[in-house]
Amino acid sequence: MNMKANPSWISVCHIDEIPMLGSRVVEHPSGNIAVFRTANDTVFALLDHCPHKGGPLSQGIVHGESVTCPLHSWNIDLKTGQARAPDQGCARRFPSKLEEGQVFLSL
Amino acid sequence: MSKPKLIVIGNGMAGIRTVEELLLLAPHHYDITVFGAEPHPNYNRILLSPVLAGEQTFDQIVLNTVDWYAENHITLHMGKAITQIDRIRRVVVADDGSETPYDRLLLATGSTPVILPIPGKDLNGVLSYRDIYDTDTMIHAAKTKQTAVVIGGGLLGLEAANGLMLRGMAVTVVHLGHWLLDRQLDVAAGKLLEKSLRERGLTFLLGQSTAAIIGNAAGDVCGVRFSDGTEIATDLVVMAVGIRPNTQLALAAGLHCKNGIVVSDALQTYDPRIYAVGECVNHRGTAYGLVAPLFEMAKVAANHLALMGYGQYQGSILSTKLKVTGIDLFSAGDFMGSDEAEEIVLSDPAGGVYKKLVIKDDKLIGACLYGDTLDAAWYFKLLRDGRNISDLRDHLMFGESSVGDAGVAGQSRVSGMQDKDEVCGCNGVCKGTIVKAINEQGLFTVDDVKKHTKAASSCGSCTGLVEQILMNTLGTHFQETPKTKAVCGCTDHTHAQVRQSIKQHHLLNHAQVYEFMDWRTPNGCATCRPAVNYYLLSTWPHESVDDPQSRFVNERVHANIQKDGTFSVIPQMKGGVTNASELRRIADVADKYAVPLLKVTGGQRIDLLGIKKEDLVNVWADLGMQSGHAYGKSIRTVKTCVGSEFCRFGTQNSTQMGIDLETMLANMWSPHKVKLAVSGCPRNCAESGIKDVGVIAVESGWELYVGGNGGIKTEVAQFFCKVKTADEVKEYSGAFLQLYREEAYYLDRTVHYIARVGLDYVKAKVVEDAANRQALFERLLYSLDGLRDPWAERIAGKAKREFIPIKVIA
Ligand SMILES: Cc1cc2nc3c(=O)[nH]c(=O)nc-3n(C[C@H](O)[C@H](O)[C@H](O)COP(=O)(O)OP(=O)(O)OC[C@H]3O[C@@H](n4cnc5c(N)ncnc54)[C@H](O)[C@@H]3O)c2cc1C
Ligand code: HEM
Ligand code: SF4
Ligand code: FES
Repeated sequence: MNMKANPSWISVCHIDEIPMLGSRVVEHPSGNIAVFRTANDTVFALLDHCPHKGGPLSQGIVHGESVTCPLHSWNIDLKTGQARAPDQGCARRFPSKLEEGQVFLSL
Repeated sequence: MSKPKLIVIGNGMAGIRTVEELLLLAPHHYDITVFGAEPHPNYNRILLSPVLAGEQTFDQIVLNTVDWYAENHITLHMGKAITQIDRIRRVVVADDGSETPYDRLLLATGSTPVILPIPGKDLNGVLSYRDIYDTDTMIHAAKTKQTAVVIGGGLLGLEAANGLMLRGMAVTVVHLGHWLLDRQLDVAAGKLLEKSLRERGLTFLLGQSTAAIIGNAAGDVCGVRFSDGTEIATDLVVMAVGIRPNTQLALAAGLHCKNGIVVSDALQTYDPRIYAVGECVNHRGTAYGLVAPLFEMAKVAANHLALMGYGQYQGSILSTKLKVTGIDLFSAGDFMGSDEAEEIVLSDPAGGVYKKLVIKDDKLIGACLYGDTLDAAWYFKLLRDGRNISDLRDHLMFGESSVGDAGVAGQSRVSGMQDKDEVCGCNGVCKGTIVKAINEQGLFTVDDVKKHTKAASSCGSCTGLVEQILMNTLGTHFQETPKTKAVCGCTDHTHAQVRQSIKQHHLLNHAQVYEFMDWRTPNGCATCRPAVNYYLLSTWPHESVDDPQSRFVNERVHANIQKDGTFSVIPQMKGGVTNASELRRIADVADKYAVPLLKVTGGQRIDLLGIKKEDLVNVWADLGMQSGHAYGKSIRTVKTCVGSEFCRFGTQNSTQMGIDLETMLANMWSPHKVKLAVSGCPRNCAESGIKDVGVIAVESGWELYVGGNGGIKTEVAQFFCKVKTADEVKEYSGAFLQLYREEAYYLDRTVHYIARVGLDYVKAKVVEDAANRQALFERLLYSLDGLRDPWAERIAGKAKREFIPIKVIA
């Protein structure tokens, strides 16, 4: 079955439950997911696992549309999950959307 | 959910190294099963020669014990060979008929020794040299037989011959080439080697090709015949004429092979589910026969197996060493030279030393050393880096110690460092990595280096070393970090300007700062936000708003993040003094939360490591102690010694002094961490000499020292002043710290601050100007007044969401 063709959205929380320029962790059996909120209330979701050495991205500092990993300061693009140059790597991203203040993820 | 299955075929050096690298990256991603034809766990094949020579035992060369596999939940099948890969059904079939399914397969089947297709090759007593079985057979044979012939004068052949000789046999080495190690040495070095091996008792027949092995009626070896018709008698023949990638299994499974299993730069075979590493592969036309390339391959293959997908293997440059004790030889690159290349040769046959360096286009392209290999690593690095050596030329032959020291005291430390020496201990960055980044990416400043290599980007104590490396590498191109540099890429303003604006224009939050100072980014970055946050808090205490999202995780959650994402909890223990009740509670917490490690820190208190984030608040509540602030740019500890209450040397009550200082400074944020110590006499057991503020008691009062710290660059604190009473200790040290809090740039330790403004300035402000001192002290007390213990606040419910993960009921 192709999951992408038919995304099943799961409601995770209200946006107010995520600090602005911050993140919350959504527990998931195949690895925790970090849900980020930017200054203009866009939400993004990445696997909570830095492409460098697996640091918890949810604990990093969020700025613009990036998060800085707390362990060795890689900058990860929230939109794509790609590490910003000069580092190379990618954190898995999950589709997310915001509807009437409610945050949805597609896992 | 069941995990994907990874099967490794080949329990040898390349396969298991890949598994080790994989476990580092993605410890729980796969169910791993390993099949190995040999009835042993993974051992260090290159150390078979010392085993044969009687210098080591098998147990000493085992790399991964059977327990290691169990601890890492790896299913290990020893002594079980895989006979077939069914790529359609995705199963492997073992020699006992069992089938095991896979999602990913790693081939690491190594290579097989070449057996010359000559008559007699199957006789008893004809061996090859590849594994521990061969080695044991040789050791056994040496006990009952007298003579041996080793066919092949390469690395393996010579190591085998040497081992058999040490085990008491008379050994003849037969070699087709005209000098020994003709693939690794030039003729001059080869002849020197031959001479010294002859002196040890080996016999050589060079330029000889073996035509047949002769057996007796019982089917045992009894001699060897050469193509010129001559014969010699022998009881044992060891063939060491080369290796061939072991591709049997891959070929049968229809994988593309050409002198090895053909792999991409990702170590992937033509079947995307199947990876291959080690001697069995052919990468860009080369099949390797040494371990260094295998280790590089392992890193890349693991990166892809861990689904990271960006590692790239681009081939390796090799170097050679012969492991015959007492013989030093080394070669690398294109050591034979050619018409276009120049050679520098140093030859001292009497002393048994020969060195040849091959240079082309101002680069070292090859080296061949015999007798003196001290500088082998240095040459190898020059060669691999392809560094321009025109400046070193005159000294090149005399080795690394003869170059690099420009006569500037501070620089010799860096030039004396090898490329593999670590510069940044926090991020594990070696000198070589930094030099390479500087050269290849055109870096000019310490900030560039931080960004590209991570060196000096954590605790910063190696910044000086990095600066020296820049200087050495760039020479005149080096640009000293401007003292007035911008805070970060988000702005052109300096730390001083940001601070000044916040003060002058009464800016009270981040948005105001970014707007007023025309920040280029909407909300800064991970470098400027914490700095701005500190400047706001320290300039406008009780007025500005602390922004937790602008703090590094440790200061946001009031615990120290560890590499696995858990946290450490260090409760305050003023002056290092505790009591039975606190210890009992710590013990209870350790039991209740199954704390993996309890440790006494260097700051005289107890660290509970490995606490899960969601347990932090409960742990704090159960401890009933205050935060030790061991995680922040803040007051850390005040270390004390026993002092006059008990110690026979003590002149003052240093323990109480420490407790009082720590009480006074509780919850103090600062530009960087601040550590204090109080010693009860000049014996200085609390190490006051390396603290931001160090206090040493003397008969007539207290001496104050400032600006010390430990670290890679230990800084000894400088004498500040002498005072009479305990209250004066508090006032003087408090005023000094407040001056530092108000004027130092974010992430400057006291030593950096003092270096910038000068100790005399600090003394003028604090020691000589009593009114200013009191004003500073009052501002400190005002800033700290009413601050609550952050743990207590969170136990009472503050920032609750920070600690609770969201659970999805799917
Ligand atoms: C005596 C000796 C000395 C050496 N000295 C040096 C040295 O000084 N420096 C250096 O760099 N290199 C040296 N080497 C070479 C080095 O040991 C090899 O490069 C390295 O061990 C290769 O690793 P690998 O994992 O590719 O193969 P191996 O370590 O050979 O591992 C392959 C394993 O796969 C198993 N296997 C094969 N087929 C199957 C199957 N179908 N099913 C299950 N298992 C299978 C084999 O039994 C073997 O255990 C030396 C080698 C020898 C023999
Ligand atoms: C070089 C950069 C340094 C870094 C990045 C660093 C980092 C840290 C960290 C992260 C901790 C907390 C450990 C934990 O809670 O898990 C810590 C504690 C400590 N460090 Fe360092 N440190 C550095 C240098 C030093 C130096 C030079 C010294 C002393 C010579 C030192 C002495 C201590 C002590 C004594 C503690 C325990 C503190 C306490 O009890 O509060 N550190 N350090
Ligand atoms: S022990 Fe402390 S200072 Fe040393 S490396 Fe670990 S965290 Fe850093
Ligand atoms: S783990 Fe994220 S930067 Fe190292």
